[in-house]
Amino acid sequence: MKTLPQILAAAVAGASALPAVAALNVFACEPEWAALVQELGGDKVAVYTATTALQDPHRIEARPSLIARARGADLVVCTGAELEIGWLPLVQSQSGNSKIQTGQPGYFEAASHVALLEKPARVDRSMGDVHPGGNPHIHLDPRNIGKIATALGARMEKLDLAEAATYGARTKSFLDRWSAAIARWEKTAVPLKGVPLVVYHKNLTYLIHWLGMREAGNLEPKPGLPPTTPHLSELLAALKQNPAKAVVRTAYNDPRAAEWLAERAGIPSVLVPFTVGGTEGAKDLFGLYEDTLARLLAAVK
Amino acid sequence: MIRSMWCAAALAAAGVSHPAYAQDAELSKIREEIRQLKESYEKRIETLERRLADAEARAGTQATASSPSTGRQANETTFNPALSLILQGTVARSSQDPNTYRISGFAPSGGEVAPAGRGFSLGESELIVSANIDPYFRGQLVAALTPENELEVEEAFFQTLGLGRGFTLKGGRFLSGIGYQNEIHQHAWDFHDAPLVYKAFLGGRLNDDGVQLKWTAPTELFIELGAELGRGRSFPATDRNRNSANAWSLFGHVGGDIGASIAWRAGLSHLRASPRDRAFEDVDSLGNATVQSFAGRSRLWIADFVLKWAPNRNASVTNFKLQGEYFRRRETGSLAYDDSAGSALFGSLGDAFESRQKGWYLQGVYQFMPRWRFGYRYDRLDFGTVSNGIVASGAGPAAADFPLLMTEHNPARHTLMVDWSTTEFSRLRLQFASDKSRFGVTDHQALLQYIFSLGAHGAHKF
Repeated sequence: MKTLPQILAAAVAGASALPAVAALNVFACEPEWAALVQELGGDKVAVYTATTALQDPHRIEARPSLIARARGADLVVCTGAELEIGWLPLVQSQSGNSKIQTGQPGYFEAASHVALLEKPARVDRSMGDVHPGGNPHIHLDPRNIGKIATALGARMEKLDLAEAATYGARTKSFLDRWSAAIARWEKTAVPLKGVPLVVYHKNLTYLIHWLGMREAGNLEPKPGLPPTTPHLSELLAALKQNPAKAVVRTAYNDPRAAEWLAERAGIPSVLVPFTVGGTEGAKDLFGLYEDTLARLLAAVK
Repeated sequence: MIRSMWCAAALAAAGVSHPAYAQDAELSKIREEIRQLKESYEKRIETLERRLADAEARAGTQATASSPSTGRQANETTFNPALSLILQGTVARSSQDPNTYRISGFAPSGGEVAPAGRGFSLGESELIVSANIDPYFRGQLVAALTPENELEVEEAFFQTLGLGRGFTLKGGRFLSGIGYQNEIHQHAWDFHDAPLVYKAFLGGRLNDDGVQLKWTAPTELFIELGAELGRGRSFPATDRNRNSANAWSLFGHVGGDIGASIAWRAGLSHLRASPRDRAFEDVDSLGNATVQSFAGRSRLWIADFVLKWAPNRNASVTNFKLQGEYFRRRETGSLAYDDSAGSALFGSLGDAFESRQKGWYLQGVYQFMPRWRFGYRYDRLDFGTVSNGIVASGAGPAAADFPLLMTEHNPARHTLMVDWSTTEFSRLRLQFASDKSRFGVTDHQALLQYIFSLGAHGAHKF
């Protein structure tokens, strides 16, 4: 993959460089895609994760270290659907790396391989920070992960022909384990069907859709706006009429509003990992779903 | 779903029309049949719905594979550039007249450096248009509609996308990569106005016409090196109507992360210009008009750093930003003095001129809760040494006849601000400043500013 000048440059750059033996350098915008690349690539890839589960994916900055990491990437794997619009375009242009520009094979957008939910019929910022292409938090429906894995595996094969067989085999193995896991999770999650939940942001929509749960309210008055006292009071009054089973927030959400409402509504406040690394249990994609389901099931029992 | 309801309704109607004297057993038998029918229908409908969803997903994949703009209609507007508009305005009061603003002891930069006008004033409305031109280039225009009803081109440049190996070439008019704040658009500044060093040494900011070549190193540590060649259309250079560049600059930036919560960037920049007939108006010690002009070489060094802290890099609740820059300039050449339009005492004179001046600022902005930030900035300029051959010769005007160039004054300013942003698209700011730019007077300034951005969500620089 590397030309001689690149190897020399990397050598000159010092010992701090990546374990450069890896065939494919991947820059993953979010931890879920880093985990997926790791599943499909194993030791043939070196993955850098640009953001963590503790960061609000809407509020990322194009900080220097991201530009430096994107400079050497062979493949950038991101959600797309404008989730990274506030920082990725700058990282791409400032990196000076032609391989990862939009439209190049080295730029992989997960959202273009699945159907998005909540595509707004009308786009107007008076409705909050809506995403014109639809809700971008697609990774919490495991069926989406399957579709994306297929497309991503194919892309990795194309970019690194020498290891194509490995990627192909690993993708197949992952998909087999993944569909078995989905069947298992759908069975365990039966008690969650129809359960009404209060969420923080519309970032659990795909999970709710997959398991047939119900969104009974949103701590944010409008997408992207922080919770306000009047809105929380209204929500509390509404919950008296139509009670929910739990208030669910993700690792990066401010816990205060969720705790406030949960305490007054007399329902549990549940933290879900949202992505890989969001909780102790969410060590990989399988752990992400297992831990999420376990936490939800414990709350609605 | 509609079908299932229709079936249920039809069956219910059939149930109702059944003779009322039917036996209980018969009734329950019918109920059971209905239940079974309903179940089987629901099952079939569920299967159909699932198939429909799968088909939709497949169709979605195909549609987006051909056009990356998910779900947007394929019509003429699909390729329209991203458009955003910035609306700004202030209401301000100040103890000194902003129209007579000057920085005593420093050559006037000719830029828009005065504080906000008194009372209500509209700021510059910025129109930003940008798009990828083709797979190889990107283009951007930033046009400012000034409150005086003029249209100014702030930036209009192309940038390469596919040069590779870390290289990016930019051409046109663009904000220079020197320093830290220079490349940040005014609407994204943390204070209403520019630091004094920018006002005194760059006329507010440097956006020359020219080319820029930038290289990002393939290292984990962020290293960026850049060079610019420019027309020299503004301070400290002058447009010289000749077949070569009148200003050039070199800059380098390094940056990275410290731990899980801090990101930083630091840099060193150098700007060189050779202005000719860089003229400005002043008054002599008796208040008569004079014209002075400088010709020679101007060399500016800038050291800059910025450090941002956010717990676990999650800036949405609290975060802190510390930023500072140090400027140092040396100008050598000759100064011309002409009082023929005023007292005509000495007429037109000229002699050697040299100055070494410097300045710095340090500012911190803290977001203490979502939406709310406050910040403090300290500005300072150092008069340094100025040697003026005309004064030294003793035959002509004295130092007092050069109030702008020769007043030994170290300007300083304190600025405090609080801002409130309902969303990332709107910001209201209250700012107070105590400004000692002028010799012997303190200008107390207060202002309320609004900044609104409409349209496309532009990415902001670090």
